[in-house]
Amino acid sequence: MWGFLKRPLVVTADINLHLVALTGMGLLSRLWQLTYPRAVVFDEVYYGQYISFYMKRIFFLDDSGPPFGHMVLALGGYLGGFDGNFLWNRIGAEYTSNVPVWSLRLLPALAGALSVPMAYQIVLELRFSHCAAVGAALLMLIENALITQSRLMLLESVLIFFNLLAVLSYLKFFNCQKLSPFSLSWWFWLTLTGVACSCAVGVKYMGVFTYLLMLVVAAVHAWHLIGDQTLSNVRVFCHLLARAVALLVIPAVLYLLFFYIHLIVLFRSGPHDQIMSSAFQASLEGGLARITQGQPLEVAFGSQVTLRSVFGKPVPCWLHSHQNTYPMIYENGRGSSHQQQVTCYPFKDVNNWWIVKDPRRHQLVVSSPPRPVRHGDMVQLVHGMTARSLNTHDVAAPMSPHSQEVSCYIDYNISMPAQNLWRLEIVNRRSDTEVWKTILSEVRFVHVNTSAVLKLSGAHLPDWGFRQLEIVGEKLSRGYHESTVWNVEEHRYGTSQEQKEREWELNSPVQVDASRNLSFMARFSELQWRMLVLRSDDSEHKYSSSPLEWVTLDTNIAYWLHPRTSAQIHLLGNIVIWVSGSLALAVYTLLFLWYLLRRRRNVHDLPQDAWLRWVLAGALCAGGWAVNYLPFFLMEKTLFLYHYLPALTFQILLLPVVLQHISDHLCRSQLQRSVFGALVVAWYSSACHVSNTLRPLTYGDKSLSPEELKALRWKDSWDILIRKH
Amino acid sequence: MPPATGGGLAESELRPRRGRCGHQAARAAGWDVAATAAARNPKRPARGSRRFETASRWALLALVTLLSFATRFHRLDEPPHICWDETHFGKMGSYYINRTFFFDVHPPLGKMLIGLAGYLSGYDGTFLFQKPGDKYEHHSYMGMRGFCAFLGSWLVPFAYLTVLDLSKSLSAALLTAALLTFDTGCLTLSQYILLDPILMFFIMAAMLSMVKYNSCADRPFSAPWWFWLSLTGVSLAGALGVKFVGLFIILQVGLNTIADLWYLFGDLSLSLVTMGKHVTARVLCLIVLPLALYTATFAVHFMVLSKSGPGDGFFSSAFQARLSGNNLHNASIPEHLAYGSVITVKNLQMAIGYLHSHRHLYPEGIGARQQQVTTYLHKDYNNLWIIKKHNTNSDPLDPSFPVEFVRHGDIIRLEHKETSRNLHSHYHEAPLTRKHYQVTGYGINGTGDSNDFWRIEVVNRKFGNQIKVLRSRIRLIHLVTGCVLGSSGKVLPKWGWEQLEVTCTPYLKETLNSIWNVEDHINPKLPNISLNVLQPSFPEILLESHMVMIWGNNGLKPKDNEFTSKPWHWPINYQGLRFSGVNDTDFRVYLLGNPVVWWLNLLSIALYLLSGSIIAIAMQRGTRVPAEVAGLSQVLLRGGGQVLLGWMLHYFPFFLMGRCHPPGLGRQQVSLLSSALGILWDTLLRLCAWGLASWPLARGIHVVGILSLLLGTAYSFYLFHPLAYGMVGPLAQDPQSPMAGLRWLDSWEF
Repeated sequence: MWGFLKRPLVVTADINLHLVALTGMGLLSRLWQLTYPRAVVFDEVYYGQYISFYMKRIFFLDDSGPPFGHMVLALGGYLGGFDGNFLWNRIGAEYTSNVPVWSLRLLPALAGALSVPMAYQIVLELRFSHCAAVGAALLMLIENALITQSRLMLLESVLIFFNLLAVLSYLKFFNCQKLSPFSLSWWFWLTLTGVACSCAVGVKYMGVFTYLLMLVVAAVHAWHLIGDQTLSNVRVFCHLLARAVALLVIPAVLYLLFFYIHLIVLFRSGPHDQIMSSAFQASLEGGLARITQGQPLEVAFGSQVTLRSVFGKPVPCWLHSHQNTYPMIYENGRGSSHQQQVTCYPFKDVNNWWIVKDPRRHQLVVSSPPRPVRHGDMVQLVHGMTARSLNTHDVAAPMSPHSQEVSCYIDYNISMPAQNLWRLEIVNRRSDTEVWKTILSEVRFVHVNTSAVLKLSGAHLPDWGFRQLEIVGEKLSRGYHESTVWNVEEHRYGTSQEQKEREWELNSPVQVDASRNLSFMARFSELQWRMLVLRSDDSEHKYSSSPLEWVTLDTNIAYWLHPRTSAQIHLLGNIVIWVSGSLALAVYTLLFLWYLLRRRRNVHDLPQDAWLRWVLAGALCAGGWAVNYLPFFLMEKTLFLYHYLPALTFQILLLPVVLQHISDHLCRSQLQRSVFGALVVAWYSSACHVSNTLRPLTYGDKSLSPEELKALRWKDSWDILIRKH
Repeated sequence: MPPATGGGLAESELRPRRGRCGHQAARAAGWDVAATAAARNPKRPARGSRRFETASRWALLALVTLLSFATRFHRLDEPPHICWDETHFGKMGSYYINRTFFFDVHPPLGKMLIGLAGYLSGYDGTFLFQKPGDKYEHHSYMGMRGFCAFLGSWLVPFAYLTVLDLSKSLSAALLTAALLTFDTGCLTLSQYILLDPILMFFIMAAMLSMVKYNSCADRPFSAPWWFWLSLTGVSLAGALGVKFVGLFIILQVGLNTIADLWYLFGDLSLSLVTMGKHVTARVLCLIVLPLALYTATFAVHFMVLSKSGPGDGFFSSAFQARLSGNNLHNASIPEHLAYGSVITVKNLQMAIGYLHSHRHLYPEGIGARQQQVTTYLHKDYNNLWIIKKHNTNSDPLDPSFPVEFVRHGDIIRLEHKETSRNLHSHYHEAPLTRKHYQVTGYGINGTGDSNDFWRIEVVNRKFGNQIKVLRSRIRLIHLVTGCVLGSSGKVLPKWGWEQLEVTCTPYLKETLNSIWNVEDHINPKLPNISLNVLQPSFPEILLESHMVMIWGNNGLKPKDNEFTSKPWHWPINYQGLRFSGVNDTDFRVYLLGNPVVWWLNLLSIALYLLSGSIIAIAMQRGTRVPAEVAGLSQVLLRGGGQVLLGWMLHYFPFFLMGRCHPPGLGRQQVSLLSSALGILWDTLLRLCAWGLASWPLARGIHVVGILSLLLGTAYSFYLFHPLAYGMVGPLAQDPQSPMAGLRWLDSWEF
């Protein structure tokens, strides 16, 4: 303990100057003139509005990815003291002085810069030479598309950072495994793998692919571990347990944590409230919570309620009725019951109020003590303003003739009796005697006579129905569908006996009291579910592209154009690197198959350790490329060139690996090796040259003449903007 | 761990080759392998009882087959009206008999066989097959149903033989057969004119022959080996020829073959030449042969369907020229487009159809309230347009004017012949594709405004060239906005009669959706040329029909609020499908798997995964186990694994297909699954028996277990048989119904 008294304290620092230099160059390339252009560039317009929401603590819903990525960007805004006051409405808009552009763009740029030294370390950890490692880092450094993407408020560079971090820390862990399992650094790298994976998933769903790859690689290694009979059973079990905790439990917990922070930070109601359920909305400050606070929880006979459709498609709406009746004869000649219309109305209105009535009694007020309505009870729903009750019968509905019409019953003294009894079914009940609760209960109304279910058909009524949504009675037999489920949103106990009084009561606002809270897990699962199922229109975009065009760089994206000069920023890759990356992949695959077949015939071209290195490098780099690229062929959403960048980084890692392999194992003489080395140097200088030529389009700092721009249009499919004078 | 196939090859090399061939030989060999594999109980039957054993095995096979046929053919004629999809497939059978051309998303073999069965049994193709519930009356339908039931009945013996070969255990095979026979879902599907029994027949046949040829692996290039290998190929062609779902069994056979070849490749005693022979044999039998057969079915399909019919519009102009009765067949039309010509304009993208307009306006709120312009797949007078000069409204057909040809780059106006409105576009958003511009019909008697002007361009041609009918790929560019006329391929809602949307797209991307060709061309002032030069070759029509089928498959999207089933519904038997009848007085048939069987299947998957992983880990840890258990584990891992793989290949891809699945799809997996199940229970019981007790008691446990499973399924079949054979009377919600107690899930609706 007192050792330092006896021996001098010595700090030996091992500084890899290569690493320092690479980091420096990475920082320089990514951070140089970071605030230029001081205008909204491409998707900044999209992410920027979420940053503003974070700054203002307003709840939003974005289906493009989990919240961690947005939070990283928002952190930059927080550090720069951004107040969120900027209208993110069009690309090219100048930033006002309150927007801290530098700190907003800083974190993605740092992530992009750190990818350079990480590439170096990954190749080194794959046990390839120092030279190959430097090569990988230099390729990352001069890849124009990566530079462009990291210098803006975009998430790809952050995703790539975490992808690489996951791979790097797994490799470090794997190399620790042989020397010192369960040591401190072993634990550190194992945990970091899980953390990085979960962050990658948290930035974009795409990160899942890298995560799965890491899981598969870890599973294969664990399988070898099981087969290692020198280890005792207990030790094997400990190994497996540690991996399961670090690679499964920690990521899951972290993922939940992202959402937890997200929901804690965003506590105010905002523009996306309507998509969420009433219960969720009630948990946000302002908005629905202002109205629903202090409502009685249990719906009783005599309660006045508004009923919201849980499905909420095409728009969220409330069960509604009004004085107007169905037209006697529809346009297509069919007849109707000519009774009062029942619709679904997407706006708050006094006509959305219904009174829950006990069929056995006449009163429309809540008795004291209130008699709560339970699952399975028979109820009538009386429309508040017209005092007519909800009814359905064997008449074809106006827009969906295969379903029954729903109306408010008017007694015309013809042989059409009122059929206004409904049985209440609580869908999310825990027991069969559960009480109908405001907001929380999701209920269905089953018609007693015809066993039809009250349903939002999704069709719009024509002019006679004021283009409101159609409500129908659907035969129960067709199974469960969310469009048949309703919940009570606003609720109060009715007190007025007379119709006049009641109308006045309905028109007055609801009283205010205490609030109800949803548990975090309920809010998380709802939010996650909505994010996954939310489908924005499959919009066609001028710069959208298909995965096949990416490999050969047949497409680009114009990110920004200077308002006056022709300075412009494009997402455009270094074509030399892209093409040679694809070539390297093809060479790797062919060589791998060749070696594999030869080994099967007991011809060992490579020594065992070289073979294992070769396989591991392929599994991580070629595999990383495949899992980040191939799934796009199955996706139906609009795709852009930047979706390819994560795959590209893995290809770049593979390039030096293949080159070194060729030099070490396929070049037979020293002469061949030297020639090959010279070729590689020549190839790399051409890549540098290309990178430098495309630099004005990457940084957008130099205004080129139309001729120069035309000269840069190496492929006809590239869209480079040329001003007409 | 050695790969899953060809086990015991090295040792069998030492054995003398057997001269006998055929079925018997293969079976005998299978027995031999079993005996050496030590999968049997230590008390092996003596040599003398072998004959008895063989005889009893044949008797069992006969019994199983008989039972299967009996259940499938029982009350086959009821109900005597159209059930569910019979309306499609019966109709398509009739098309073959009438030789009219139609379009369907599935390959033709299944429907062709149905048609053939109908033809042979005296059905004349006159029944309309309009909608489910129509009575057949005097039309002969039993031939077609009988044919489907016949193929469906073979499933059970196929599964029996497959499992017998995989597990070498009679009880496992018997259990499999029972599970499959007593599954009401399988039974219902086999009793009607559907593609499913045909598809399942081919899938199971492929599975059986694959397993058989695997067990012949010790005698490569012998007659039975060739026989089973080529039979696998034939069945694959059959499966793919019925539905594209057949691709999954191809995938399975492919994986099996790769594993097989990999194993052989590692055997250093085989020379590379022998290896080459192995590869060639497989390429011949599993790739070349099926492809040839598959192509042959299409050849027959095109030969039989030589008359024009409802499917014409889905295909290109050139394709239609070969259908008799089509207006392009043996037609002769003017070659070059001239002003005043009456034309139809067809989109080059598959199944978009003709540029069309009609006297209906876009509804209020959707762009400008002008006349709709759509694309329409069928031939119609409303597809006719007159090509006019943009600046004059004089009639170019007036004989006093000379003929003037339309040239590439000309500015033209297209006037709709029936309504005399001009093709028009403007800066309003299109009805469905919001980023495109709306296209309408505008103007009165040909007088409109400058938004009616279009520049006609031929793709890849120089300016000034004339425009050829059918051949030239043309693009119409709107002069004012610079957008390109195209069809988005999206279906308009009811107000647009569910025709396809036409838009003017500002994105000048090269897609077929914005390229058109001129199909019909009427101009009395021009000389006609014959179109016979257009006749496409067989590879061309084969390719085109596949493109159209793939397009059709992608286009199967659920309509608004339609109730569809999801893949996760299937294995848990979440909901069934009404085949016929709704009300309590109707004759009702309800497609629902026997829940006892299906839920047993689910349980067994879980058990399989559990026991499989325990065994695998034990093996990897190098645990020493008795030979008997090792043998059983091999059966479980290899045999069971193979069948389970088949099930997974036929099930999980459906999750990736993000389109609608009609309820009741994907039933074919049950057959594969049941086989896995049979093996599993048998092996598990044996393992259990071995683990639990001493020898005599163990046998007892095994026998009792198998018997109770057999009887249990039989009893559940007795309970649920009315679902398949039809029932009349009160619905199951009604407590008086005999089925009242059996509605175990709320989502069942019988």
